[in-house]
Amino acid sequence: MRKLLGLAMLVGGPLYLRRRREAGRERVQLHFDDGSSVTLADDAPDAQPLLALARRAL
Amino acid sequence: MRAAIGEELGDGLRKRATHVGSIVWPVDVASALADLTEISSQVEAAVVVDAEGAVLASTIAEEPGTERLAVAGLALLEAATSRFGTSVRTVLQLEAALREGSIFVAREGGLAIVARTSAAPSSGLVLYDLRTCLRAAAEAEQKKPKPRSRRAKKTETADA
Repeated sequence: MRKLLGLAMLVGGPLYLRRRREAGRERVQLHFDDGSSVTLADDAPDAQPLLALARRAL
Repeated sequence: MRAAIGEELGDGLRKRATHVGSIVWPVDVASALADLTEISSQVEAAVVVDAEGAVLASTIAEEPGTERLAVAGLALLEAATSRFGTSVRTVLQLEAALREGSIFVAREGGLAIVARTSAAPSSGLVLYDLRTCLRAAAEAEQKKPKPRSRRAKKTETADA
């Protein structure tokens, strides 16, 4: 049981931390009419002008 | 002596008639927005605009705040469409997530909605609520009585 718990923490811990880090990052997500979508992280050059526009609205 | 049935139930009947009316007639755009803010606690402010960019309804009381949200949201949609849209696909909705909060823009049926939320919202839920609101607003706009055209009348007279 203890080994199983350790394994779960070993695998789940980094995944959880990664998810939290990703959630804290600024990003732009675009959804198209054909069902596809694009996510631009804050370090993507195309994301900067869009994030600047969004900042104006806040 | 008791009052006649019509008088006795007068108030109740009037209340009932109003209630029936609200179900039969479509909600207006402002009511759709009010429903949105009631349902989605994450939405702090929202604006509905038409195809020309004119504000139809807003949850923000001050005009400058409404204008700022609408203009920035539509500019965001336009910038995203011009950069990533093609002849085959166009941007239907977007989310710009910032540390201070998120901006959502969605369009449907000639209308668009721009919403501001708190930080780290449930994107899927917010987008679903925005689309529901847009659908209700578009329906209300379609069923809104339009002013009669006089040109058609003149043509009829000329024909007669």
